[in-house]
Order: sequence, then C-alpha cells, then structure tokens
Amino acid sequence: MSAWFTPRNVVVAVLLAFLALVPVYSALTGNAFLMTLFTRIVILAMAATSLNLILGYGGMVSFGHAVYLGIGGYAIGILAHEGIGSGFVQWPIAIGASALFALGVGALSLRTRGLYFIMITLAFAQLVYYFGVGLDRYGADDGLQLYRRSQFADPINLSNRTQFYYGCFVLLVASIYLTWRIVNSRFGLVIQGARSNDRRMQAIGFPTYRYRLICFVIAGTMCGLAGVLLANHTEFVSPAMMHWTRSGDLIVMVVLGGMASTFGPLIGAVTLLVLEEVLPVLIKLVATPIVGSAATRAAEYWQIVMGPLFLLVVLFARGGINGLLVSLRRD
Amino acid sequence: MTEALLQIEGLTKRFGGVTASDGVDLAVQPGELHAVIGPNGAGKTTLIGQLTGEIAPDAGRVGFAGEDITTLAVHARSQRGLARSFQITSLFSDFTALDNVALAVQAHSGHSFHFWHDARSEAALRQPARETLARVGLAGREQILVSSMSHGEHRQLEIAMVLATRPRMLLLDEPMAGLGPEESVRMIALLRALKSELTILLVEHDMDAVFALADRISVMVYGRVIASGAPAEIRANAEVRKAYLGEQDGQ
Amino acid sequence: MLLVLEQCLNGLQFGLLLFLLAAGLTLIFGIMDMVNLAHGSLYMIGAYLAATFVAWTGDFLIGAVIALGATLLVGMLLEVVAIRPLYGRDHLDHVLGTFGLVLFFNELARLVWGPAGLRVPLPDWLNTAVPLLPGLAYPTYRIAIIVTALAVALLLYILVMRTRLGMLIRAGASNREMAGALGVNIKLLYTVVFGLGAALAGLAGLMQAPILTVQIGMGENVLILAFVVIIIGGIGSIRGAFLAAIMVGLIDTIGRAFLPDLLKLVMTSRGAATVAPALSSMMIYLVMAVVLVVRPQGLFPVAGK
Repeated sequence: MSAWFTPRNVVVAVLLAFLALVPVYSALTGNAFLMTLFTRIVILAMAATSLNLILGYGGMVSFGHAVYLGIGGYAIGILAHEGIGSGFVQWPIAIGASALFALGVGALSLRTRGLYFIMITLAFAQLVYYFGVGLDRYGADDGLQLYRRSQFADPINLSNRTQFYYGCFVLLVASIYLTWRIVNSRFGLVIQGARSNDRRMQAIGFPTYRYRLICFVIAGTMCGLAGVLLANHTEFVSPAMMHWTRSGDLIVMVVLGGMASTFGPLIGAVTLLVLEEVLPVLIKLVATPIVGSAATRAAEYWQIVMGPLFLLVVLFARGGINGLLVSLRRD
Repeated sequence: MTEALLQIEGLTKRFGGVTASDGVDLAVQPGELHAVIGPNGAGKTTLIGQLTGEIAPDAGRVGFAGEDITTLAVHARSQRGLARSFQITSLFSDFTALDNVALAVQAHSGHSFHFWHDARSEAALRQPARETLARVGLAGREQILVSSMSHGEHRQLEIAMVLATRPRMLLLDEPMAGLGPEESVRMIALLRALKSELTILLVEHDMDAVFALADRISVMVYGRVIASGAPAEIRANAEVRKAYLGEQDGQ
Repeated sequence: MLLVLEQCLNGLQFGLLLFLLAAGLTLIFGIMDMVNLAHGSLYMIGAYLAATFVAWTGDFLIGAVIALGATLLVGMLLEVVAIRPLYGRDHLDHVLGTFGLVLFFNELARLVWGPAGLRVPLPDWLNTAVPLLPGLAYPTYRIAIIVTALAVALLLYILVMRTRLGMLIRAGASNREMAGALGVNIKLLYTVVFGLGAALAGLAGLMQAPILTVQIGMGENVLILAFVVIIIGGIGSIRGAFLAAIMVGLIDTIGRAFLPDLLKLVMTSRGAATVAPALSSMMIYLVMAVVLVVRPQGLFPVAGK
C-alpha cells in the first residue's frame, strides 16, 4: 500500500477529486465562472494529453497540435451552420476529419527530422489557420457562432452545464487511461523505442515509420475530440483556436506538467490555466503596498512574468512538476 | 562449393570524389566466421552500411540466402535474419536491459499493433529476453537502466540485442572496441561460442581477436578487397603485408 | 504589364526583408544549433526603437541608425542573459524557452510603448516616387529598401566568405571543437553572431516600420515566414536563404495581387476578395510542403551537413 502513497500520487488524487467536485462547489456557491474555467481546463488537458503521446512518449515535437482543436471545432461549427445539429452525425465527422488530416500531415512530416519536423508541423497548422481566415461563409477572421450545442438523444443534454462538464471530465479520464494503456502496450514500447533510438529500432527489425504515423493519427484524433468539446463549450469557433501560440501553449502544458508522464499534461494544463487567472491577482497583491493604485495596471502585464517562467522551467525543471513531485520522494 | 549465405558482388559507393567502396566482392559461406580487416578509411563502415541497408550502393548487388536484398529497407533485412551490432553502442538508454532485449524479441514476434495489453507482462517476450541476457553474461542485471551500466556491459548487451532477433547471420561491427583486457577475453569466448551456430561477418580492428576467431579473412584497403583467404594465407600474403601490416614487417 | 512589374518589385522588396530575418535565423541555427523564436521579437523591437528614436531625434536616418545599434545591444544582452543557457539543449527546450521570450517581449512592448500601434513618418525626400518607366512611378522608399537590403546581403556575403570573423563563423558552423581548440573564444563569437542576427532582424523591422504600423506581435507572422524560407532554402545556408526568401516574397506578393482577379473568374468578387489573401498565405506553406516532400533537406542544403 505504501508504495502508492507518494507525493505525486497524493497530488494527482487530490486534483482528480477536486475536478470531480467542481460542479458541486459551483452549485453551492453559485460561482459560474469557476465552472466555465474548469470546463475549459478539462478540455485543454485532454488536448495536452494527446500531445504528450507524440511529444513526450514519441519524441515527435509537433508545433502545430492546436490545428486539431480547430479542425474538430470547425467541423461542428460548419455542420451546425448548415443545419446539421445531431451530435451522432457531427462528432464522427469531426473526429474522422481530424484523423484524416493527421494521416496526411503525419505521412509527409514524419519523413523529416528535428527542426524540419517542428517547422513543417507548424507550417501545416498555419495553412489551416489561413484556410479558416479565408472561410468567408463561416465568419472568416471573426469566427462562427454556434447557436446550439450538439444534439444527442435523451437523457444526454450538452446544454446542461453540469452534464457537459462531467461528460468532458469522463472523456479526459478516459483519454488519460487510454494513453496509459497504449504507452505500456507493444505499440507503446515501439513508439518509445523509436524516440530513444530510431536507428536501432530499424536495425532490430521495426518499420518504425508506420508505427510513428499511427501514433500521430491517434494523437490528432484525440485532440480533434477535444476540439469538438471546446466548440460546444464556447459555442463559438474561430481561427484563433488554432493560432500558433495555442500550439505553443499546449507544448508548455505538457512540459510544465512533465513529459512522458501519465498525469503530467493534466497537471500542466491546470497549472498553466490557473496561473493565467491567479498571476494578475498575485501581482496586484504584491505590488499594491509598493506602488499603490498603479498595481491594477501592473497586473495587466502578467505575461511579463509568465514568459520568463517558461524559460526557467526549461532550464531548471526539465521533468516538469511531475518530475519535481517524484524527486520529493527520494529525499 | 556450397552456395554462399551472403554474396556481395561489385558493391560500389562514392561520396563526392571519394570512392568509399570500390567494386567489393565478398562471399560468406554458411557456418563460417568471416572477418573483414583494414586500416581506418578502408571503407569497412560503408560496407556495413550497405549490407544493413542504411547506405544505398551506387552499383553492385547484395544477395542473402538466395534472395537479392540490395534495395531492401533496413527493417526488412533484419526480418530476413540478417542482424547487425553497432560499433558505437546504440541502445535504448532510458530503458532497462531487459526492456532493450525484449524489444528485439518483440520485433520478431509478429506486428506490434497491439494497443492494450501490458507488453512488460508478456512472458513470450520477457522469457526469451531473460535467456538471451543470461547467455551473454548479464543474468541478474535485467532491471538495471542501460544508462547506468558499464561500457563492457553495453558491449555484452549489444550482442544480446542482436541474438534476440534470432538471426541467421550476424554482422558484428567492432564488438571489441574499447574493451579492457579481461572484457576482451570474455567477449572472444562469447563469440567463439556463437560461431558454432551462426554465420558471422566480423569487422574488427583487434588483430588478436580476428586471428583467434576467423575461418576466413578479407582485407580491405581504399575501398577494395585486396585479399581473401584463411588466416595463415593472409598472414603470408605479400600484398597484405605491404599495404596493411607493412610497418610491423619493416621493424 | 506595368502592374506585374510593380508587383514583382514589391515581391522583391518583401523577399529581401524576409532574407534579412532569415539570414540571422539560419546563422544562429547553423552555428549555435539554436532555434530562436524570439527572432521575430527583435524585428519588432527594431521597429519600436526606430519609432522612438526617429521621433526623438526628428531625423529618420539618424533615428534609424541609433535604433539599429540599440537592437544590436538588445540582442547581445538577450544572448548573454537568456539564450546562452539554452545552447546544447534539445530543440524542444529552445522552442519552449524562446516562446516564453516572445510573450515577454510582447508584454514589454505593451508596457513601454502602449497597446496602440505607432506610425513612423517618412521624411519628404523619401516620400516621393521615381519614374522607372513611362507610366510606372515607384516609391523612392521601397527602392531604398531594396538597395539597402541588397547591399547588406552583399556585405554579409563578404563578411562570411572573406573576413576573419567570417572564417570563424564558418569554422564554428563546420567544426565547433576545432574552432575551440584553435583558441577561438566561442562564447564571444556566439554573442557577436547573435547580435549580428538581431541587428539584421532589427534592420528589417525598422525598414518596414514606415510602411506598416508598428505594433505588438508584428514579428510573429513574418518570423514563421522566415522559418519557411530557411526550410525551403536548406537550414544553415545563407545562399539558400537568399534565393528562397526572394521566391517566397514573390509568391506571397504576386499571389496577393493577382489571385483576387483570377478567383473572380470562378466566384463572386466579394468572395474572391476575402479568399484570395488566405489562399496566397496558404500557397507559401503548400510550396514548402512540396519542397520537403521532394527534397527533405531543402533546395540548397549545406554540403556535408
């Protein structure tokens, strides 16, 4: 039993319990903002989990992962705009489109390595971003309003915010579990072997390209589903969903939480997004005794702290928060 | 004369102005240990690369077990039973020794599109891997991370990785590189044991090891094979002495 | 016909600006093996500093020269403080660390110069047009950009191929240890190269400043284009960057200019007007994808790399 009682596991357990109780807390206090924030966090944690599969376990540094949020989201938005509101139609199309796009991009970009791979994934994401900007019929730059969330049969009703939250939460936990199964399976070991030493993998007889490609498709599909959820959550899609900085944010979540760790992306997503909310408040609190009322203005510039924070994580906490928690145990 | 297991004909590769291998002909008979020696820059590494499929030859042909494998991909050659070890240790350093060898076993037990079951609990992968580790003298070291093993152990693990693919033939790229005297003795003993059951092409700088193990020796200089024969013939060959052993001869 | 010629000149001018950015990126990547997303921030800083110093001195040229020097200093300072610890790390660390720097510089610019964009007025003597052909008068300032950028490209070529610093740069690119063994102060060399790259980016930014509004995030899209340029040209190759930059510049500009008319043949003019810019933006990425499929190392890869 005591083997399970580690700082990392305690943090994960508390975090999961907290996420499970958010709607309860929100209902008791009438705090709707918290609910909105955490629905978003849960969805983006799922996107980060999918990125971790290729980035953390597979060593494929995709700098365009947010594109699947956009593809999944736009599939919902466009179908809804064209009068197709049924989730039974919308969701498979959205997920299928993400998978298909990942297959195409993966087939091309996995032929390259290193910086070329980083940049070609970024370039494909930009391609779709500008495609979204050019979609005149669907709001172009300004985006597209979703008048109704995806329709499912009773008793499923996504417009019920509590139900929607729990739906997202269950899908998040399912994708974490699925990722965990995958990385420990034969397939997962091949992926990790290819990250560690692709040349050796081929020498012992693995056609690594096709395994990496399938892994890329799984991650894209999973992120496409997150995009479906995000569109339903915000009831709005726009090219900004797949802006390159969003892809950067997803990488930050994975690295901040801890690459190639089961719960790292979740921890990273919660940390980053909560920090975005808390940092301005914190700055105001610290600055008020020093500069007085100017502190309110100073708080607007919280990113001036956030940016260098990423650099510090890279330099001094390469294993992310997960790594720090694991090392606590050794002391 | 029996048909050769590995048949190399006219293999040529140019890098810019340099001809790294220049019409190499070589035949390795089943069951023999064939050593390739030659000074640095003789084209031994290029030869290995062409045999494993990492370097595409400009001309020539490679036959293995009666099949033309000249244009076959790296992984496909391994699947046909042609296994190679690396001169510079090339392992999965963030995995344990057992995980390393189990992956090599896995590569040769069907496809790996299994997404659900825990591969580390599959006896069909772990048991052969344990046996192979024991065979190369690494019993009891299964759970050690590769990154915290010694250089000598890395060399042993290199051999285990190759054996775990259950090959018909080994391409060993300087297995003695960087070994201390005691480790060398152990490695020679291991290779001698393997020799009785596998065909081996050995590229090696350590002359003691080569002359202790080889059935036949080919000498490469400037991308060409200048002599091929039994160890005694090679020792006596005037051209070889001039081109390769010249310095020792003159003293 | 005149319109085509004019757009070609615009494309050339844009391509040369991209080259100034890409040259720094590819130098920094080729020599320090460093992916620098913050390169676009230096472009932005160059433009902001130009706006400040031009307003302060009241003279465009003097302001621009001061801004250029200041960007060089900012670049060298940045290298010492934030970039140096990243050398030798893997590319993911570079991406993440310098992504943080992009956020930092954007916010810093907002803090110092405010959220509204700035305009840099052109002096009268540059705010004219030169009659190139009968019926084609081309803005003097754009010609000045083309001439300046070509001169810088030439200087860069001479610097890299003919001088001692260039020899060190090439030695550093091809053999780090040997350069170290020869007693070259690698640390100083890196700082100088980074500063040089920053100055080139700053020059591109400050020359662009009078044409566009100086604003936060202005460096980001152009940075991604510069990455496309070095990928197409072959990473580490200055010559490749030059040719690819002009190619990208021409494709982008001519696409923007003529796609609307072409599209009008198949769709409504309003539709064509919105789709065309997006399509011409996409075109560059399509070209890059095709190049990578056909030649994964770029069109002009550095020999022996």
